[in-house]
Parts: sequence; C-alpha cells; structure tokens
Amino acid sequence: MEILVCVKQVPDTAEVKIDPVKHTVIRAGVPNIFNPFDQNALEAALQLKDNQGAKVTLLSMGPPQATEVLREGLAMGADDAYLLTDRKVGGSDTLATGYCLAQAVKKVAEMKGIAQFDIVLCGKQAIDGDTAQVGPQIACELGIPQITYAAKLDVDGDKVTVKQQNEEGYIVTEAHFPVLLTAVKELNEPRFPTIRGTMKAKRREIPQLSAADINVDESRIGLSGSPTKVRKIFTPPQRTQGLVINEEDPQVAVDTLIEKLTAQKII
Amino acid sequence: MDFNLTDDQKMFVKLAKDFGEKRLAPTVTERDHHGIYDEEIIAEMLEMGLSGTYFPEEYGGAGADVLSYILTVEELAKYDAGVSITLSGTVSLCANPIWQFGTEEQKKKYLVPLAEGTKLGAFGLTEPNAGTDASGQQTVAVKDGDHYILNGSKIFITNAGAADIYIVFAMTDKSKGNHGITAFIVEKGWEGFTFGKKEDKLGIHTSQTMELVFQDVKVPAENLLGQEGKGFKVAMMTLDGGRIGVAAQALGIAEAALADAVEYSKQRVQFGKPLCKFQSISFKLADMKMKIEAARNLVYKAACKKQAGEPFTVDAAIAKRVASDVAMEVSVEAVQIFGGYGYSEEYPVARHMRDAKITQIYEGTNEVQLMVTAGALLQ
Repeated sequence: MEILVCVKQVPDTAEVKIDPVKHTVIRAGVPNIFNPFDQNALEAALQLKDNQGAKVTLLSMGPPQATEVLREGLAMGADDAYLLTDRKVGGSDTLATGYCLAQAVKKVAEMKGIAQFDIVLCGKQAIDGDTAQVGPQIACELGIPQITYAAKLDVDGDKVTVKQQNEEGYIVTEAHFPVLLTAVKELNEPRFPTIRGTMKAKRREIPQLSAADINVDESRIGLSGSPTKVRKIFTPPQRTQGLVINEEDPQVAVDTLIEKLTAQKII
Repeated sequence: MDFNLTDDQKMFVKLAKDFGEKRLAPTVTERDHHGIYDEEIIAEMLEMGLSGTYFPEEYGGAGADVLSYILTVEELAKYDAGVSITLSGTVSLCANPIWQFGTEEQKKKYLVPLAEGTKLGAFGLTEPNAGTDASGQQTVAVKDGDHYILNGSKIFITNAGAADIYIVFAMTDKSKGNHGITAFIVEKGWEGFTFGKKEDKLGIHTSQTMELVFQDVKVPAENLLGQEGKGFKVAMMTLDGGRIGVAAQALGIAEAALADAVEYSKQRVQFGKPLCKFQSISFKLADMKMKIEAARNLVYKAACKKQAGEPFTVDAAIAKRVASDVAMEVSVEAVQIFGGYGYSEEYPVARHMRDAKITQIYEGTNEVQLMVTAGALLQ
C-alpha cells in the first residue's frame, strides 16, 4: 500500500495578528508549525504503516523552510519526503495549488517507480487559510474519488471505509483505491516525533521539485494563474459576552432582566 | 563561548514542550493532588526516546549531546516536575552509570532498553542510616560461587516499583568503609527483591518513590557494575551527572513559577491597577528573572563540560546548589505574589513551591554541594 500525505507548514494561528492598517497578516516573529490536521492525516497513514505495512511518502509545497515540517514528519515515522518549491508557484490560490500538488503527486509516484498512490491523505484544511478546498481539488485534478472529513477509517484490501463527519452526524462511505481522504481532528491523536527519528531525519536528503519538474502549464500557477484575488483580511469585530440570567424562580429572572434593561436605558 | 542553542537542541526543547503542553499540563493538577504516577504518560515519554538523547546510536540512543537531554528535563519540569525526575532517574542515575562503567554485555543487555525507552531504571544508594554518609551502608552482598547474595534495604528510591532495572550499592567488605562498597545491576522480579511502602511526599507527587527490600537476592556475578570495592566511585560519579538533571529540574520549576507570577501580576488588579504596575511587584519579578538566568548559565555550563569529557564535579555541585536555591526562592516569591490564592492548591504556584524543596535535598543535599565545592577549593 502506497500512501502519500500532503502536509503544509503554517503560521501558528494562535500567535497570528493582523495589521489593523494594512489588513495583512503579520508573519514576523510568528512560529511556523506543522498544520495540525495534516498531522492527523499523517498519523492515519502511520497507523496503516504499523498495522498493514504501508509505505508513507510526504509531500509539501512551500518555501525551502517547509523542509522543517517534512523532517518532523520523517521523525514521526514517514518513509520519504518531497518538497515542491519554486518562486513560480508562490502566490497560488487554492485552485492553482491543487493543480500543482496533483502534478507533484504524479511526479513523485513516477520517481518512486509506482503507477499511482493508493491513498492520498490531506488534513481537512490548513489553519491559516481555512478553505478546505485544496484536498478536494487535488482529487479532481487526479481524477480520483475523494472522501472528506474522515473521522474514522478502515482499510481492507483495496477498499476504504470512512466515517465521514458532517454537521448533523456521520455518513459511512466506501471507496476503492485510488482515493483521496481528508482528515479531521477526531480521526486520531497524532504521535510525537521521536528524538532518534529527529536525529535521523536531519541527515535525510529531501528531494526538491521545481515547477518545470512537475510539468505544469505555467498559465495555471502562481499569482497570475490564480483566479482568486484577496482584497482584504480583517479581524471580525469581537462580540461581547452575553449575559445568562439563570434563576430558579421565573419571576426573579424577569425582574432581574427588567432591571438590567432599564439600567441600560434599553426600555 | 556560544550561548545560542543549536537547531537540534531547539528541536528537542520543542518536542518536550509539545509533550508537556499536550500530555502533562492537562492533568498535572489532578495527578499531583492524588499522587498519581501515570504509567501511560511515562511510557509515552519513553517511546519518544527522551531517555536515549545523548547515548550513542549503537546503544539505542540518538547520539545527541548532554545539553539536549538537560534541556528536555528542564522543559518537562515546567509542566510536571515529577515526570522530569522520573526521566532524570532513569537516564542520569541508571543508564549513565551502565554506559560509563558497564561491560559490553551489560550495555547491550541493560543500556539499550533503557536508552530505547522500553525499560525504566532506578538507583538505590540511600538507606535509613546511610544518607550523605554512604559508608554507613548496611545492605550487604556476599559472594557465593558465581553470584552474590544481596540483603538489606534502600529508601526514598525514585522510580522504585515502576523501574525494571536498578543500580544497587552494597557492602562487599564492611571493614573497608567506602572502599568496601560495590555496585550491582539488579532486575525487578528477581526472587527476594520486593518493594516497601510508597512514600507520602511533600511534593513531586507525580513521581513514584518507594523502598527497595532485598532478602537473599541472588545477583549473578556478571551483574557487578565496575569493580568490586569501587562502588563508592560509581555512586559519586553517577551523582555528579544526576545533579545536573536535578539542577535542570529546579530551573524548570523556577521558570514555571515565574511565568505564572508574571501572568497573574498582569491580571490581578488592586488599588485600580494591575499588580505588575507596582514597583514592589515588578522588581520582585525582575529579581526572580535575574536569579533564573544566573542559574541557567551554570546548569548549561555543567552539561557542556560533561559533554566535553572534562571534569565537571564542582560545576555540577555549583549548578545544583544554585539552581535549587533559586527554584525555592522564586517559587516562594511566586506564592507571595499570588497572595491568598498562592496558598490555595487551586493555583499551580503552591505545587511549584512544594516541588522545589526536594531539589535542595536529593542527589546530595545542598550542604553536600558546599562540601564538594569547598573540598575542591581548599585542595
């Protein structure tokens, strides 16, 4: 079983601030982390490695420093890692990114001497953009089935059974290889990288792919190849905390409410 | 002199920090209050390879340096001082002497699983009548053919009961005092080796401390560590390393106490302004910070000297004494800043204060550190 996991290095959104004047994300001094949902995707792949002997390959698209998350993934137990890095792909929106990654998935399969990956795993979304579009777009570009929001997955032979999470509950869906899955937090608890794995990962060569290597149509990539234009990023105004009046006696509750509303000159 | 951590060292700190935030912090209060030694947490920590950081790869380690290991002890101690000493107990006090004094067979059999984290280790020197004065050992080992018969008991043993492998000191020749002490590697489960009562401690509640009892325990002669009669040297050199671990633990406790105090001082409003706006508090915080930074440099220096293979006995003694005193002072001040809330177990600073106290006592009391330092000074 050959599994490819797409991983992204993202700014730690818990630390991110938005420039109130320029409406851009302030990246300076913000630590970069391994996108948490991608860690769930990797953990799922590693469990299939532990239990069924799957081979796990990592792929990331980003600046050269994105090798950091690839090394972290190798330290957790992935077998191989590839980085797609090229100034030409910078500024890509989700459509262009999905296209680039799909081309890279094909290229990596070719480099590994396999026809295709049986499973492509992604996190449901990256915590910086929160679009949840790239995974499905890769599946579309590859022309393979996709099951998003996987909260549980079982692999039996070439059949994948997924408990797909949605707002109301779950849908159990099956698909045959090849398939693309996106992972939610509930799927598992990602393991920690090991110290030994970290030391070994440090010595690993991580092959880098350029736009030319993955055979892309340059009019479909980068800022110019992206139909989406970001006009403005802003922090939504914070809602003030509501007040819950929780009295046993409804009369007391009503009196309290009237008193508050009167004091605020609302009534 | 380079005061910057390497990328590797930063990565190990991050590993320990992630583990601390995700696995230790959520339950530490409950585990502390109920005295829970959590085997699952320890197993997970060991699986990460935190016990093998600086041992060579051929012995199951990661081949990194001593400072990397010390940094992880410090980082864990910020979240849970009990778990940090569990780590230091298995690495500094058990795996390290096997690495330093063990035969190739002993290293293969015992160091590899300790470094890989499949087994936990402990160290038994202290007895009811032999604390700082190790020559008062009453545990005896009598040679009988191809093995020794071990009798006696050890108290206050960190990781006792939980550990699989124990470094145990016993008198093989009582007439020779310190020169009659021999070190042995003893396995849990051997006939006659049992555990006494679990200690009810002031702090480090999340670590396990028990008594070791030996009743006619047959120890194969090949489990003698080092040479017969040279156990005192094994103990002292092992404790030198252990002191850096305790110093790192103390440093972590102090840093956690300061961080809590800083946060609280920004939130708590009295007389219309946050506590940190009062100079009496901000200077206190600054003073705590200064002490911590001074201690940090001593701790890291001792670790670097151990790594370099230089003599580090005095550096370890100084680091341990200073860092543990700093942990005590800083945690007491943190409680003071929290005021009444600081005295409540609902806030973490009370735990830091209780945890800090032991760092002035174990791995040689701070008075022993003065003896070591004075001895070297006046040689």
